Order: sequence, then structure tokens, then C-alpha cells
Amino acid sequence: MNYTLRRILSDKPALFGTLVIGVTVAGAVFAPLVTPYDPAQQFFDGLTLQGAPRPPNEQFWLGTDLLGRDLYSRLVYGARSSLIIGIAANAAAVLIGTLLGTTAGYVGGVVGTVIMRFTDLMMAFPALLLAIALAAILKPSLWIVAMVIALVNWVQIARVIYTETRALVERDFIEAARAIGAAWPRILFRHVLPHLVPTILVWSTLGIAITVLLEATLSFLGIGVQPPTPSWGGIIFESQSYFLNAPWLVFFPGVAIVLLALSFNLVGDALRDALDPTQRGRE
Amino acid sequence: MLKYLARRIFQSIGILLGVTVITFMLSFLIPADPVRMIAGRSATPATVERIRHELGLDQPLPVQYGRYLVNLVQGDMGRSYVQKSEVTELIASRLPATLLLMAGAIFFELLLGMPAGIFAASRRGRTADKAVMVLSFVGVSAPQFVVGLILLYVFAYSLALFPLSGYGTLWHLVLPALTLGFTGGGWYSRMTRSSMVEVLRQDYIRTARAKGASEGRVVLIHGLRNAILPIIAMIGLDIGIFMQGAVVVEAVYGWPGIGQLAWQAIQRIDIPIIMGVTLVAAVAIVLGNLLADIATSLFDPRVRLG
Repeated sequence: MNYTLRRILSDKPALFGTLVIGVTVAGAVFAPLVTPYDPAQQFFDGLTLQGAPRPPNEQFWLGTDLLGRDLYSRLVYGARSSLIIGIAANAAAVLIGTLLGTTAGYVGGVVGTVIMRFTDLMMAFPALLLAIALAAILKPSLWIVAMVIALVNWVQIARVIYTETRALVERDFIEAARAIGAAWPRILFRHVLPHLVPTILVWSTLGIAITVLLEATLSFLGIGVQPPTPSWGGIIFESQSYFLNAPWLVFFPGVAIVLLALSFNLVGDALRDALDPTQRGRE
Repeated sequence: MLKYLARRIFQSIGILLGVTVITFMLSFLIPADPVRMIAGRSATPATVERIRHELGLDQPLPVQYGRYLVNLVQGDMGRSYVQKSEVTELIASRLPATLLLMAGAIFFELLLGMPAGIFAASRRGRTADKAVMVLSFVGVSAPQFVVGLILLYVFAYSLALFPLSGYGTLWHLVLPALTLGFTGGGWYSRMTRSSMVEVLRQDYIRTARAKGASEGRVVLIHGLRNAILPIIAMIGLDIGIFMQGAVVVEAVYGWPGIGQLAWQAIQRIDIPIIMGVTLVAAVAIVLGNLLADIATSLFDPRVRLG
């Protein structure tokens, strides 16, 4: 683990990613302390005399939105939506994927075939379309959005975990455990699962990037996180009709989404390299 | 090879049958009564019953599914509840726009991704390599609507080089295709790099260098020829993905493709269109996968599928 940590800290992009994630998490947790205004408060001087949003100035650092609310405060609070959904939905997807992948890989037989044929089926489905249709049909809320994303995203994880479990089951030490009469839960949890930890860890990180992007996309289409809860995709959705005159309303939340997704990607990628034993000593 | 092909095609048909079951069930998950949508609120119970009977919705589920399958085989995906026209025709009318956008997107993905990946692989481990890889990650980490809106603001609004939205000329295609190319190109660049790195490590590359072939020749002729297979396979997968229409990009640029059709149908809960688009996309994804596999086995004699 020490080795892994050192590898990641010596990788500048990953260090940058860790920093961005740290700042975002801190901002989301301590949002009331680091924002000058309430994100829902509509300021009288937040709009110009013509009723247009105000560009960035010393009072409103990143400008205001169409309702005269402070964009900076809304962005900080919006990080909560991205992080909660990103982490919760991805955790659920990793859990489902690991459960089905190990079961299919370890049990095999009819059960394994049924599970894997079902993942094949899910792979054939247009994921984005499915998520959009589900989110539009079920009245969206924070947790519904998280659920929809988890339902769409577990498939790839299940396939990766399945392949690795299949390879593990063939190994001698599993055979040995079985030979001395270990029960299957013990073999699964004590012998198989520990070997899957690197893969699970990598997907737990890379998957958050995918989840954050999907949440932003659903919110941009108006079927993600619902107002008044601020979310980055939602801010862009609310302001797109006016964005040619107020580009900051798209630019700042857009940069926030890219930075957060990029950071999870960079850290996940570095984790993958660091945890891959065949990559050791290379460079 | 033939045996493998037959098995894969058989498998694909199985998957597609499964897909039809799920799209069929989709229509029952949706909390809206299609009969009410067609008949309107003021319809008498007798009218409602008549329409229900005409649609065959009063029959047992297996019978309904059987009819759905028989119609599908004949190319009939039902009628839209809202637009009063055949789903097959509606999708066909959107096909040219979707195919055009797909071609443009893949063009930009390759144009941006492949040179970047080749360059990174040839500078492996150095700063240039890292910079290109981070840039690729920026591409895959950028939501299409953010890239789309920023390109729209800069190139269509501020610089007025391209039209703001619409469809018709090649100029209309550039920004939507570039948006998809930038976000998807990152995957191509990463794939190209890892494939090239793998190939450049081979013995025959060392031999080529030892013979005195120039570095450019080694990388571009000896290396790329063998590194290109995963990229071809990726194009196959991409075709499947783009056939569901680019919902987000089409929304940003008002592009009249399948994605726009699907998005409008979802908003109006127009079930037959949702089912139709999902099915077309699934067929494309399965076919894309199949094509990718076949291409790999055709072009690479080392891959013997059996």
C-alpha cells in the first residue's frame, strides 16, 4: 500500500487530481462556511436594471444567474449533488457488479451463464438512452437519479470482475482451499475477493468520473437533480436560453464538471498503474 | 472461421430477442395509458374499449408479444401515439442526419485521436507523452453539452464562422461533429497509444531499427500497420453507439437526427418511438460488435477465431 501511495504521489497528474477532489469535497462539506451567500437567495442587485444576470464582479465573484442568485455559492453547493450522486451511484454499481461478477465467475454453471447472458443483453442496450428514458419516466430526485445511474453502470464492472474471478478460480490456491474443505463463502470472501480489491478500487475511482458526467448530462436535460437543489448540470440547463449573453453561466459550471471528472479519471488511472503488478519497476 | 461466424450470428440473434423482450416490457413500466393518450380525456368508455381492442391491448401478454415480434420481422414497429405516423418511417426519415453526424464524428475522433496517440507512444514516458495523455483525459472528462455550448459560443456566436444551429450544409455539420470528435477522440488517442506501445516493444521493430530504417518509417509503417486493429475494432463499437443518436449534441445544435426524435418521444412518453429507437440502437450495437470481431479476425492472421 505504501508503494501504491508513493507511486500516486509521485505522479503529477494524479497529485493534481487528488488536490482537486480534496478541495471539492472540503467545499461541499463546509459549503456554508466558504460561501458568502445563501445559494437560493435572490438578490435585488443580483440583476441589472434590465433584469439580466450580472457578469463576475467584486460583489458576486462569478456573476449571478437568471434569478439574481450568486453563481459562486450555487457552484459550491452544487458540488454536493455531484459528489453524493457520484459516490453513492458508483458504490451501488460497483457493489452490484462485484456481486454478480463473482457469483457468475465462482459458481459458474447455469447460474453463471444466466447472469453473463443478462450482462450481454444489457451491453446491447443503448445506455444513455436507457438512463434518459428511466429518469424521465420516474419523477427524478437525487436518489432516483443515483439509482438510475447505478442500474446502467454496473454492467461493465460485472464483466471485468467476472473475467478476473474466472481466472482466479483456476489457480492452485483456490483448489487447495477447496481440497481442505473450506466452505464456499469462506473461499469467496477470504481467498477470491482480496485478489479483486485492486480492480474494485480502480473502478470505484474511474466509475465516479463516468457517474459525475452522466448526472451532469441528465441534469442538463432537465431530468436529473431538480430545483431548488443546485447542481452543475442543472445550472447550465436553467441558463441555456440566455447563455449567449451570459456565457459565464455555462463556462464556470462546465469547467467545474470537467475538472472533477478529470480528477477522478487521473487518480483512477494512476491507481490502475500503481496496483498492476506487471507494471512494477517499469517506466 | 465459418463455424465461429455462425455461432456469433446465432448468439447475436439471441441477444436481440432478449432486447425485444425488454423493449416490449418497457411499454408496461411506463405509467401512462396509451389508449387514454390517443383517445383523449373526454372519450367515452366505449371509445376507450374500442381503441384498446384495435391496438390489441386487451389480449394476453404473450399474444401481444408474439404480434409485436411478427410485426417487427415485417419491418413494422407500430405507430407513434402522438405524431400519427409509422415509427419505421419516422426513424428512416432521421437516418440520413444521424449517419452524417456519425461520419463527421468518427472523422474528427480519428483526426484528433490517432496522431495524438502515435505521438505519445513515440515519446513514451516523457513529458510530451504525459501531456497528451492528460489532454486525452480532458476530452473524455468533458460532457458533450459543455464542449458543444462553448464551441457554439466561440465559433458560431462570437466569431460567426459557423451557423448557430440547424442542418443542411457541411458548415452545419462541423461544430456538432467536432464536439463528438473532441469528447470521443480521447478514447482513440488512449487506445492508439497503448496499442502502439505494445507493438513498438516487439522484436521486429528492433530489427527494423537495426536495419537502419528511419524512426518515422519504423513508427508509421512498421508500427502503425500492426497497431491499427484495435482502432478498427473501436470504430465498429462507435458505430453502434452513435446509432442511438447523439441526444445531447442534437439538443444543443438542433440537429434533426435519431437522438432528437428519441428525446422528443421520451418527453411526450410516446412509447412506440422509444421502443423503436432503442431496438434500432441495440441492433446497431450488436452488429457493430460483430463487425469489430470479424474485422479483427480478417485483418490479423494471428487471431484465429474458433
